Amino acid sequence: MIEVKSLSKRFGKFLVLNELNLHLRSGECIALIGPNGCGKTTLIKSILGMVVPTGGDILFQKKSILKDIEYRKKIGYMPQIGRYPENMTIGQIFDMVKSIRNVEYKLDEDLYHQFEIEKILHKTMNTLSGGTTQKVSAALAFLFDPEVLILDEPTAGLDPLSSEILKDKVLKEKAKGKLILITSHLLSELDDMVSEIIFMQEGEILFHQEVGVLTKETGMDRISKAIVHILKKR
Amino acid sequence: MRRILKYVIIDIIKNKIVVFYTILIALFAWSAFGLEDNASKGLLTLLNIILFVVPLFSVLFSTIYIYNSSEFVELLVSQPIKRNKIWNSLFAGLSISLSVSFLIGAGIPLLVYAEPRKALMMIVVGVFVTLIFISLAFFSSILSRDKARGIGYSILLWLYFALLFDGLVLFLMFQLNDYPIEKMMVMISALSPIDLSRILMLLELDVSAMLGYTGAIFKQFFGTSLGLVLTFFLLLLWIVVPYVISLRKFRVKDL
Repeated sequence: MIEVKSLSKRFGKFLVLNELNLHLRSGECIALIGPNGCGKTTLIKSILGMVVPTGGDILFQKKSILKDIEYRKKIGYMPQIGRYPENMTIGQIFDMVKSIRNVEYKLDEDLYHQFEIEKILHKTMNTLSGGTTQKVSAALAFLFDPEVLILDEPTAGLDPLSSEILKDKVLKEKAKGKLILITSHLLSELDDMVSEIIFMQEGEILFHQEVGVLTKETGMDRISKAIVHILKKR
Repeated sequence: MRRILKYVIIDIIKNKIVVFYTILIALFAWSAFGLEDNASKGLLTLLNIILFVVPLFSVLFSTIYIYNSSEFVELLVSQPIKRNKIWNSLFAGLSISLSVSFLIGAGIPLLVYAEPRKALMMIVVGVFVTLIFISLAFFSSILSRDKARGIGYSILLWLYFALLFDGLVLFLMFQLNDYPIEKMMVMISALSPIDLSRILMLLELDVSAMLGYTGAIFKQFFGTSLGLVLTFFLLLLWIVVPYVISLRKFRVKDL
C-alpha cells in the first residue's frame, strides 16, 4: 500500500529522517513508536505531503506521491494537535472539507454521531477545549471512509469514554482491511489494537516487527514489556 | 479553488477592519473633493493620500492575514488539493476584498467629481497599487515563519517604497546634478511601484511641468502610448514577480 524508499528529511543542519525504508501493507494496524523528536510526526507529514522530503521517495499504491495529490483522497489524517481556523464554526469546517473532497459515496458518520458533534456545530473553533478539538479531528479523519487512516497520538486529550469509542472504531476499520498507522506514547492501550510495531530512534528505524513475533521472541505477553526488554538488551 | 475562495472572502468580510478601511478611504476621497473647489486639485490631494494609505494598509493587513491563515492552510494541505490552489485562493480573496473596498471607497467619489478618463486612470492605478502591495505581503510572509519578523519585513518594504526611495532619488539628483541624469531617473523610477504610479497620474493630470526638466523627459517617455503600455507592464511585473516567488517557496514549504 505505502512504500517509503530511502526517505530523508533535513531541517537546516538537523537530520530528522535518515534514509528510511518501510513497507506498510493494508489490513495491518501499525504502531509507530519512539522517543520524542525521533521523527515520527515528520514521517507522517511526509506521507501526507505536508513536509517535502529532502531525498528519497514515497509510493502510494505503487505511484509516487511527490507530484500527485489524488492519493490524499484515500487518506484520513488525525493530527496530534488539530489546528483549525479560529473564526470558523465546526459546521463550516465540516462543510468546507466535504466540499473539497466532494465525494459521492455514503459518508461514515459513526464518530460524528457518537461524539455528538451535531450538537456543537455552531461553536467556533477557538472556544473548543483540546479534547473537543480532538473529537472534531477524529470525526473528520474517519468521515470519508478512507483506505488509510493515519492517527497521530489519537487518544491524547480524549476522555476515557471517547477514547474507548475511538479504539472500537479503529478495530472496526481494521477488520475491514484498512491500513491504520498510529503513533502513541501510551503503549498499554496499543495491546489490543496493533498488529505490527515500528520503533524509530533519531530518524532511523530500529525495528519493524509483527506483534506476535515480537512477544514470542522476548517471551513477554505485553507490547510495553517486550519493547522495554528489547531496548535494555541493546 | 472557488470553494476555498468563498471561505476566504467570508472570513475577510467578517473581520470588520476591511469595512473600516472602505469608510476611511471614502472619507478621504469625499473630503478631498469637497474641500477643493477645483476637481484637479482634489484629484492631486486624493492621489497623495491614496499612494500613502493604500500601500500601507494593503501590505500590513495582508501580511497579518496570511500569518493568521496558517491553520487554514495547514488544514487544507493534508486534503486532496493542490498547494497552488490554496495560495492562489488566499491571494484572490485578499485581492478581491481590498480592491472592492477601494472601488467603493474611492471609486464612487472619483466618478462623481472627476473627469471620467482621469477618474478611471486613478481607479486603475489604485487597484494596481493594492495588488502590488498584497503581492509584496505574500513575499515577505513566506520569507519567515516568525510573524513579528514577517510583519517587520512588510513595514520595511513599505517604508522603503513610500519614504526612503524618494529620499534616495533626491539624494542622487543633488549629488549628480552636474550630469545629464534625466534619462537615468526614468529608469530608476521604475524601481518603485509607488513612484511609477505617481508619475503615471501626474502626467495624466497635466501637472508634469511641476517636475521641471525631468518632468519633460518623463512626459517624453511616459506620455506616449508606448510609455503608458510599458508603465502598466512594469506595474504588472511588480504584482507577478513577488507573488510568483512566494508561490514557488510555498510549494516546497514544510507545514
